[in-house]
Amino acid sequence: MDFILHFPVIGLLLQFIGYLVQVVVQNGGLIITLSTPIGLGALCGFMNERGGVVNIGIEGMMLASAFSAWYVASIASGFLSADAGPLGITLPLLIGLLAGLATGVIVSLAHAWLSITVRADQIISGTIINIVALGITGYLALLISHNSPPSAGNFHSLSLPQPLIDFPIVGWVLRTFVEQGPITLSMLVVVVVLQVLLYRSRWGLRTRAVGEHPRAAETVGIDVIALRYRNVLLGGLLAGLAGAWFTIEYGNSFQSGMTNGRGFIALAALIFGRWTPLGSVGAALLFGLADTLGQAIRQSPPAGDLGAVLGAIPPQVFTALPYIVTIVVLAGVVGRSVPPAADGQPYERETSTL
Amino acid sequence: MRLQHTASVVIIPLLAIVLALVVGAVVLVLSSPLVGGQLDVMLPVKAYAALAEGAFGSFNGLVQTIVSSAPLVLAGLAVGIGFKAGLFNIGVQGQFLIGAVSAAAVGAGLAHGSPLLAIPAAVIAAMLTGAIYGFIPGFLKAYTGAHEVVTTIMLNYIAIQFVAYLIIGPMRATGATFARSPDVGAAVLPILVGRNGHLGILFALVAVPIAWWLLFRTTVGFEVRTVGANPDAARYAGMSPRRILILTMSACGLLAGLAGAGEILGISHFMPAGYSTNVGWDGITVALLGRSNPIGILFGGLLFGAMRAGSNLMQIQAGVPVQMVDVLQGVILFFLAAELIVRYVFRVRAAHAEVTELKTISRSYGGQTTP
Repeated sequence: MDFILHFPVIGLLLQFIGYLVQVVVQNGGLIITLSTPIGLGALCGFMNERGGVVNIGIEGMMLASAFSAWYVASIASGFLSADAGPLGITLPLLIGLLAGLATGVIVSLAHAWLSITVRADQIISGTIINIVALGITGYLALLISHNSPPSAGNFHSLSLPQPLIDFPIVGWVLRTFVEQGPITLSMLVVVVVLQVLLYRSRWGLRTRAVGEHPRAAETVGIDVIALRYRNVLLGGLLAGLAGAWFTIEYGNSFQSGMTNGRGFIALAALIFGRWTPLGSVGAALLFGLADTLGQAIRQSPPAGDLGAVLGAIPPQVFTALPYIVTIVVLAGVVGRSVPPAADGQPYERETSTL
Repeated sequence: MRLQHTASVVIIPLLAIVLALVVGAVVLVLSSPLVGGQLDVMLPVKAYAALAEGAFGSFNGLVQTIVSSAPLVLAGLAVGIGFKAGLFNIGVQGQFLIGAVSAAAVGAGLAHGSPLLAIPAAVIAAMLTGAIYGFIPGFLKAYTGAHEVVTTIMLNYIAIQFVAYLIIGPMRATGATFARSPDVGAAVLPILVGRNGHLGILFALVAVPIAWWLLFRTTVGFEVRTVGANPDAARYAGMSPRRILILTMSACGLLAGLAGAGEILGISHFMPAGYSTNVGWDGITVALLGRSNPIGILFGGLLFGAMRAGSNLMQIQAGVPVQMVDVLQGVILFFLAAELIVRYVFRVRAAHAEVTELKTISRSYGGQTTP
């Protein structure tokens, strides 16, 4: 055993695996927290794409929602009481959350209209959303920064009674999965609900049908256009939730461009998760792990040889890690992932020639 | 028919710009309390007047417009040529940064030599590395089916980190007060006109006719356009879509890298660690405005160059942040995609040939591999 540990590469690998396990055990909660915007974004993508609408505008939707949730909460905190309930929920924060959700839906409406009704190129439509969101939030944030608006604070994590936490394994699970803020908790609920609905409900069957073969779906009486609109708008709610996470749960202020590619990583999670809710959020957790690992290595590097090796790697490599993982995932190194057959194709009703 | 088609191609982008200025005026009025403390209906007039004066009001302003346009034209070509082959290159930002840092590195290395050696070496290094950075997503698309939209965006973020690593680490200039690369010295592009009209303007002016000629007068250009229109038909006709995809993405990267060289060697003369650029998004807008046609891209680039050049005076005179240009850009794009609105507002009839133009590039990014 001792011999193996001294054999350079294998020894290092074993040490690294040990360190990885240690990071997961110690920072399990952080992994879930950091994967929330990616997971919710991927679920937004799921809602769009299972019905056949490609959405690369998730990044912009999240950014717009992050801004409006923060700004509306900030304004509301100026004249509403900030008595905190459980989870640090205050009236201004709730209003901010609603604003974030509404923004997600409104931006989604633009995407739905462009890609379903106008039948514009869906990737162009998403790109436009990204550019407009970055431009408008950057412009407004700069204007607003002159008056430095107050922060409305943010949601807190649930705290469980100490005896529960001290329980051997259950305690760890509770600490990791339940001691979270309301938005993260809602992701954990939504993913299960969507997974069940996709395979066990009328809505799920119809959505899958429309995403695979809209023409066939319409011949059995499904309104393709209406279903796509509804799904894209519901997806907007999830993007709004993801955006609000940035400014009223994880942080409490807005910076221009703060989503930093999370919306695009969400797309990779969706593809990696093979267009299923559980798979997407599972993939999001991997990205959360990559994020957490980078932080852990900077803050508490492992001791010994492994610490020396990791310490020699420039910190930028760890920042870039989620992006590198995304490319590796997309390149299909981990297996093929097949999109819904009608993904990205605008649907045109067959018109009678009579 | 031909005339109507041409008119429509030119008119729709122009009308989209007009509509965007109207929407931008509304945004300006609505945000005027944040600019000046009270609602100001005249703010759009002040802002646009300052914008126009900054861009066209003086000789140096005009030169600045052209200087700002040069990278936008190259970036527009880097996106537009991709469109022709059915590729959506969102990676111009990364290709630009890689080209820029290469130019800075080679320029710094040859800083004390002859400009006749230093300039071409730095420019060629930028084009080569940009092309390699474009090759990666092209190769991944052709052989693994990884969609270029997501891979190029990821490569942008990776390029930002890579540049930060190089400038903070091995390339850092000794004695500088902040993290930056050494001066490029002899590789500085000579000024041709006005205060800062550097040689890089010519890069763009030369690239436009070459791109046009390659696309419309050569076999490889024909292959690029055929693959973009229908990869299956292209393969049936004996072309290799894979080869064309990789070639096109590499060419796009080359153009973006060249734009990066122009900015470093012509304007900043060194590269700071936090070098940031809007050129990727601008390139998309310019390519769409120019309908992926090199000549159209030239005019689209000039328009955005004027907006970028004039925005500083707009900020000084009207107090409107330069980010207003980003808002206008987004709205122009929105109207370009939603041609229906433009046609409805201005009662322009559709010329069928080009309505389909925008629709050819979106294919889902799942597992399909190129035939």
